[in-house]
Amino acid sequence: MATDSTTEFTLDTAAELAGEEHGAIEGKSPWLLAWRRLRRNYISLGFLFLFVVIVVLCSLAGPYARDIAKTGPNDNHLGETFVRGGKNVNVVSKGGFVGGQFHAGGVPVGPQLWHAGGRYVFGADNQGRDVAVRLLYGGLNSLKVGIGSAVICTLLALVFALLAGYYGGWADWIISRFFDLIWAFPVLLLAIALGTALSINGFHHFGISIQSGSLWIPTLVISYVLIPYVGRPLRGQILSLREKEFVEAAVAQGASPLRVMFSELLPNIASSVLVFFTLIVANNILTEAGLSFLGAGVQPPNPSWGTLIADGQSRIVTAPWLAIIPGIAIVLTVLSLNIFGDGLRDALDPRAKVRMER
Amino acid sequence: MVTFIIRRLIGAFLVLVAVSFITYLIFVKIPGGDPAPRIAGRTATDANIADIRQKLHLNDPFYSQYWAMMQSLFSGSLKSYSSQLNVVSEIKRGIPATFSLCIGAGIIWLGFGILVGVISAVTAGRWSDRVITVLALIGISMPVFWLGLIVRYLFAEQHPFSWFPDGEYVALTSNPWQWFLHLLMPWLVLAVLFIGFYGRVLRSNILDTINEDYVRTAKAKGLPPRRVLVKHVLRNSLIPIVTLFGLDFAAVIGGSAILTETVFDLKGVGQYAADSVQSLDLPPIMGVTIYATFFIVIFSVVVDLLYAWLDPRIRPT
Repeated sequence: MATDSTTEFTLDTAAELAGEEHGAIEGKSPWLLAWRRLRRNYISLGFLFLFVVIVVLCSLAGPYARDIAKTGPNDNHLGETFVRGGKNVNVVSKGGFVGGQFHAGGVPVGPQLWHAGGRYVFGADNQGRDVAVRLLYGGLNSLKVGIGSAVICTLLALVFALLAGYYGGWADWIISRFFDLIWAFPVLLLAIALGTALSINGFHHFGISIQSGSLWIPTLVISYVLIPYVGRPLRGQILSLREKEFVEAAVAQGASPLRVMFSELLPNIASSVLVFFTLIVANNILTEAGLSFLGAGVQPPNPSWGTLIADGQSRIVTAPWLAIIPGIAIVLTVLSLNIFGDGLRDALDPRAKVRMER
Repeated sequence: MVTFIIRRLIGAFLVLVAVSFITYLIFVKIPGGDPAPRIAGRTATDANIADIRQKLHLNDPFYSQYWAMMQSLFSGSLKSYSSQLNVVSEIKRGIPATFSLCIGAGIIWLGFGILVGVISAVTAGRWSDRVITVLALIGISMPVFWLGLIVRYLFAEQHPFSWFPDGEYVALTSNPWQWFLHLLMPWLVLAVLFIGFYGRVLRSNILDTINEDYVRTAKAKGLPPRRVLVKHVLRNSLIPIVTLFGLDFAAVIGGSAILTETVFDLKGVGQYAADSVQSLDLPPIMGVTIYATFFIVIFSVVVDLLYAWLDPRIRPT
């Protein structure tokens, strides 16, 4: 059917044009529409790309340490030298008189970038460990804790919210009081207390055994203290969905509770969950850094971005890069997740009210 | 209204009991957390240790241990296991620093948060809005302790810009000017995160409110735009901010300021808690947890009342 270009262009003509191309106007799933909106948001996609790059770089920590830096994350190089421009340079400066002036020594070498053949790209720390290697391994740990705790926290919150929202009554009362209780705790204080208590001898109860120093400790502590922050808003959404006709219809058709929860309710909150997940990963990376900084998170000598900053704290005047570089890594990672999460929310549901509260 | 307050206060009391009990459980269940040998010192005999166990009720079942600890905490005689200092007086000693930090930072973040939110909502889509959005996102993506370290390095420890004194708290009563100078950096650092967050929340609230019918009515009546913005839009957009502020302020007083206090060495309640946790010292942790939970619970009641007062459509139930 040819359209006359002189006739007025209306919605009907648009439909006809579309009909010519595809035969008929197809229904488009909300996910496809969301993807179309997201695809146009170059800033969000750019920051998603940045996050992916950071993840890939950190997961290449092993090969980088082995083949380029030629050292492990916990290998000391005190008293050793490396070659830069044909000259030997101390990894950690020796004390003594140089040119008639006294130097205290113990100052690690600064960032070499590529001048030392890939060694000490970001300098060394006070024990002569390669900062770039520790940064990548630390990033791997920070990302593991951040993403792992976000997965556990979101899954638990989702199950609690579904149970509370679907069954209501007693189940809702108990779960809501449980949320209230964690909510009433000072979050950071609770996390520090749990983290420190568990990192002394690990956890050996109820048939579960976690060694002290395990990454599971900060992961579980963070996911536990943040459950209500995800669970509460999700419960609210499910409570309102529970009253909708389609749920009633499913129940009337004899659908089992599990079926209603997972095939009727869950798809309707999936977009909120996705947005929450992105933002909570960002939040958890920050929480992990704070805990590790206070000594209640990832335990040394294991690196994480938080412990690296804590190590650099006392040397901020003589070796500022020790604290500055891991901090920049955190800011870039968290910023990329926050911006992508924002774009994702706008794409999935432009009118959504999902927000990370802290 | 009165029944609402009474019911909430009873609820608050129950929450306090539950929180303190859970804290107790966390620390009693730590293997190797037995405090008696530590208190007795290195040269203690078994008889000394047994004596201390007796005095601290450590041989009793844990619920009566818990009860004994609560009794001594509220009578003000609870002592730290490691330093033997009185817990209540140590918390009292930290309160001026913590409150100075939190109140100052709260004023800054509320003021700037509202300013930033209004500017970016009014100029939505223009470059000032975009710049503010980017800055706000960077602000909420920075670890507060890292920002504190960097700021302290740049403006207190490096010589060319060392305009500010380096760390520690000076009492307001001893020297108001030094008090201000010592706290200026911590205030700004603690406020940065919240300014970004509040600005973003307020911006989206204002943009939602602007499309309401009553705002259109106000504009149609011919009210000047400034009056519409302040009297009609801002007033309603600020209600959620009030709630947020109440809860955040309580959280900051109750321990979220730990990181800022530690980085700037302010010796407040948060830092006391952090130090006690490192040495697994149960009594101070108990004291600080109850102090913090008290503020969180009380502020949530106050916020609910304020909310009902600001928005008469909501009845406290």
